[in-house]
Amino acid sequence: MPKPTFKRNLRVTASYAVLVLFCLIAVYPVSQVLTVSLRPADRLLSTSLEIIPANATLDNYINLFTRTDFLRWMGNSVLVTLTVTLTGVALASTAGYGFSRFAFVGKKAALQSMLVTQMFPATMLLLPMYIMLVKLGLINSYLGIMIMYSATALPFCVWQMKGYYDTIPSSLEEAGRIDGCSQFQTFTKIILPLASPALVITALFSFMSSWTEYVVAAQILQDTALWTLPIGLKSFESNMSTEWGLYGAASMIVTVPVVVLFLSLSKYLVSGLTLGSVKG
Amino acid sequence: MSPSLRKNLFIAFLVAPAFVILIGVVVYPFVYNVVLSFSNMNLRHIRDWEIVGLRNYVKVFTEPSQPDFYVIFIKTVVWTVVNLFFHVVIGVFLALVLNQKEIRGKGIFRTVLVLPWAVPQLIVALTWRGMFNYEYGSINQIMTRLGLPAVEWLRGPTEAFIAVIITNVWLGFPFMMVIALGALQSIPHDLYEAADIDGASWYHKLRNITIPLIKPVMVPAITLGTIWTFNNLNIIWLVSNAGEPSDSTHILVSFVYKAAFNFYRYGYGAALSMVIFFILLAFSLVFMRRTKAADAVY
Repeated sequence: MPKPTFKRNLRVTASYAVLVLFCLIAVYPVSQVLTVSLRPADRLLSTSLEIIPANATLDNYINLFTRTDFLRWMGNSVLVTLTVTLTGVALASTAGYGFSRFAFVGKKAALQSMLVTQMFPATMLLLPMYIMLVKLGLINSYLGIMIMYSATALPFCVWQMKGYYDTIPSSLEEAGRIDGCSQFQTFTKIILPLASPALVITALFSFMSSWTEYVVAAQILQDTALWTLPIGLKSFESNMSTEWGLYGAASMIVTVPVVVLFLSLSKYLVSGLTLGSVKG
Repeated sequence: MSPSLRKNLFIAFLVAPAFVILIGVVVYPFVYNVVLSFSNMNLRHIRDWEIVGLRNYVKVFTEPSQPDFYVIFIKTVVWTVVNLFFHVVIGVFLALVLNQKEIRGKGIFRTVLVLPWAVPQLIVALTWRGMFNYEYGSINQIMTRLGLPAVEWLRGPTEAFIAVIITNVWLGFPFMMVIALGALQSIPHDLYEAADIDGASWYHKLRNITIPLIKPVMVPAITLGTIWTFNNLNIIWLVSNAGEPSDSTHILVSFVYKAAFNFYRYGYGAALSMVIFFILLAFSLVFMRRTKAADAVY
């Protein structure tokens, strides 16, 4: 049957063409950042379309570390992000388990109100928190921003963990209990390891949300010494004169760890995100 | 210790920490926001504020601001619908293409296609802003090389709005693709085989097998996507540089951010936040109910 084969070949070829086209669209803006970061200082405003510019140089990267506070911002961001990620995973993994396995007063209301928080516009919590922090004298402190980051990501993470736990049969815990494990042990030794794809996704989201968050940080951290990477990065891009070279170099350094982490964990994305919602 | 007490203590150990944090950082500020929305607080009245009733809410709907509430609201709806449409269509389409059994290198394609989601939104926004630059931006460079006229992307209200939407479409399709891919993989293969035996066309398979079976996964994702897009402050704020040109590219959430933090109108900002929240709440309730009603049909 030559006809179906021809049709099939056509379809497969067209499919590859579509995939390659969209891959190019996905990669191109990222390649722009690389291009800008490698341009020599006198050619920053270039109209060329080359990915690796002529006379590519690492000057921008060297300037970034020697002439700006970039290292300090990076340290600040690492501190904030690590704290937020650890808190987020600890709180979401335990609370998600509680919501998945036990009945208690206020459970349904709590789950529903956590969904509702997803509809809050950014200013809904930021504005009152900001005013409270101003009144308490806590503007320019990491405590405020860490609590805010942990709390804003929490409802989504709890739902996500709960959804995943729901797919793990509770007969596993019963078996564990019969073998003499306490409730705590069945949770930590049997269920948590099984839920690792969801834990990974929760950690990834907590990490991404605080590593790259700008609008909250811009209001709460006003002292340059406390800036996190996103605020520092944005400061290179101003109306008067954008330091494109520094901006490009800084963007590469901020982006690369996130992208590497995200892409290496992307095989978990499908199972971690959807398993919870697929259950009937 | 009795077993039931033990169990309750265990439950408390599991959920109490999250509860405490959520009450302190979500519930309390929310209540505070409600109070603020009825108050006259702004930069001048930060300590000696008082309750002024519904004045802020009246202002939200009637103040002759430039641009006014209804225009921004319509823009927000357009922004959300256009973005979601492209996110879902491109996402599901790519998932279908990628899910064909003849395609080799699925892992590599998937990884590359997820890239826009992986790049931090801040950098996405600032990079696209650079790409939309009239003289040096690569978009105009490419367009002029293709013989098209260069566009003043960031200077005209319509052009800037289109630029912001392009950026957000680029950023958002991978999420829908990943969700759709997960849903497609859960469809049992024998359904398609049975359809093939019956001589069904690809359109019939799509219409009668694929779409109904991915729908239960896509509906929550679309609801969430709608909420995120409606409330997406980052992209609008950073690509259009706080609503440029002259506050014409705002959606509701960037408008309220500006009112609160650039103009220090706290009471007004709080009231507008409440209005945005209720719009989304109403939408989600109606949308979830209607799609659930539709589910029962299948």
